[in-house]
Amino acid sequence: MAIKIPIYMDNHATTRVDPRVVEAMLPFFTETYGNAASRSHSYGWAAEKAVDEARDQVGALIGASGREIVWTSGATESDNLAIKGAAEFHKDKGRHIVTSVIEHKAVLDSCKRLEREGFDVTYLPVEADGRVSPDVVRAAMTDKTVLVSIMLANNEIGTVNPVNEIGAVVKEMGALFHIDAVQGTGKIPFDVESSKADLVSLSAHKMYGPKGVGALYVRRKPRVRLTAGIDGGGHERGMRSGTLNVPGIVGFGAAAQIAAAEMPEESARLLGMRERLRKGIQARVSDTFVNGSMEHRLPGNLNISFAYVEGEAMLMALKDVAVSSGSACTSSSLEPSYVLRALGVEEEMAHTSIRFGIGRFNTDEEIDYVIDLVARKVDKLRELSPLYEMVKDGIDLKSITWAAH
Amino acid sequence: MAYSEKVLEHYENPRNVGSFDKNDPEVGTGLVGAPACGDVMKLQLRINDAGIVEDAKFKTFGCGSAIASSSLATEWVKGLTVDQAMAIKNTQIVEELNLPPVKIHCSVLAEDAIKAAIADYKAKRAARATSVPTVTATHEGATT
Repeated sequence: MAIKIPIYMDNHATTRVDPRVVEAMLPFFTETYGNAASRSHSYGWAAEKAVDEARDQVGALIGASGREIVWTSGATESDNLAIKGAAEFHKDKGRHIVTSVIEHKAVLDSCKRLEREGFDVTYLPVEADGRVSPDVVRAAMTDKTVLVSIMLANNEIGTVNPVNEIGAVVKEMGALFHIDAVQGTGKIPFDVESSKADLVSLSAHKMYGPKGVGALYVRRKPRVRLTAGIDGGGHERGMRSGTLNVPGIVGFGAAAQIAAAEMPEESARLLGMRERLRKGIQARVSDTFVNGSMEHRLPGNLNISFAYVEGEAMLMALKDVAVSSGSACTSSSLEPSYVLRALGVEEEMAHTSIRFGIGRFNTDEEIDYVIDLVARKVDKLRELSPLYEMVKDGIDLKSITWAAH
Repeated sequence: MAYSEKVLEHYENPRNVGSFDKNDPEVGTGLVGAPACGDVMKLQLRINDAGIVEDAKFKTFGCGSAIASSSLATEWVKGLTVDQAMAIKNTQIVEELNLPPVKIHCSVLAEDAIKAAIADYKAKRAARATSVPTVTATHEGATT
């Protein structure tokens, strides 16, 4: 089969919508287009029925009941609602929140806002392998801690946290446990009982569903209460008002059902391609370093640093492949990835990292194409690199007093 | 980020990539930037006794704009007098390559690299003039 250029290998950013998902959604634009909140006619009833089926499908993916699913516009909103909603509702009990430094910005920025409003937030460090230790969570918690928010899997380095062990600690200490599960659900086994999660953020478009729809799992037994962020009509048990995105929700449900059914086979296939990519690159390119745990990692993730080659220059060289970089130059802040820095990756290596996100629609042929392209382009850019030349000449780069700028 | 055509052109076909012998008395070497900041430029100028830049070479660790800025700098300095080369301003590079504000530091680095290379060359000449027999450069003048 001919390879389509550019090859999409940025599946942590978003995924292609599965054709089966599109198929499921289409009738809800033009035929069954009722408002799920309309109680007076069959258009509304049909929409409500479809939404409730999707609730069950999404709930089933994480071992929850459909009645515990609150629809949102996406995981950013889910994170905001979980963190701000829980903190606000429980503020008389305590004003301390625990999270980690490698969380998604939707979590970190929600916590920062709460800090400005007088909450205390502890940002836990991660181990060198990119994971949060349950012992570190325990040590950070006090009797004022109302919420702990830890991600299931990291979006940059793909490392998977020991959420079941962390959940046990959080429950023992009597706080609520929020998991941003956006990157892990549908890719690795996860359920709300084993993890003892009270709140779980989910996103459709990271699992071959449409953009613009997400969900927040809100535990019913024991009942978890939140202060709503959006008022107006009392939809979604009063936690999130607003007319439901019925086609999007139907698509999310279909995507969740496919993910649940195909996860074992698909994970093995993605892992096979990821290892083919890693081994293929490392066989041809010297001085590469994989960032984050290899053992506890999403099957489709490879975050790898190519010493002496700057990340953005690599992205330009890899223009036939859609990937991303932890290099400062790809962000407007000019700071290299805060996730890689949190792992203790040195700045010069953080600048050279490339994130490959392999997904459902990638093929072995694409992997082989990418291996060859990466090997050739790294060689070319190292020929251009004064650092590579100096290292080859036996100069220790650390012995040089570099002028910071 | 979208790159200008000129940046892409220099990035795809960088001019004057390579190195001269840094111990050659006619060669001035400028090494500017820092790996931790994501860009390092090494720019070398071969300057004759008449004070004319005869040749230039570079190697750059950095983004496409940094590579293009240094590639352009090597093109521009050739044939110039030392004083003319010293007068090249980063704003000219910004204009030629249509660099966006976030990439202006790449052009600053290229200007600094030219000046550092000339300073290295002048220091070598001064050292020779005071009849020091050999110059032992340690680390290519990175401490400039």
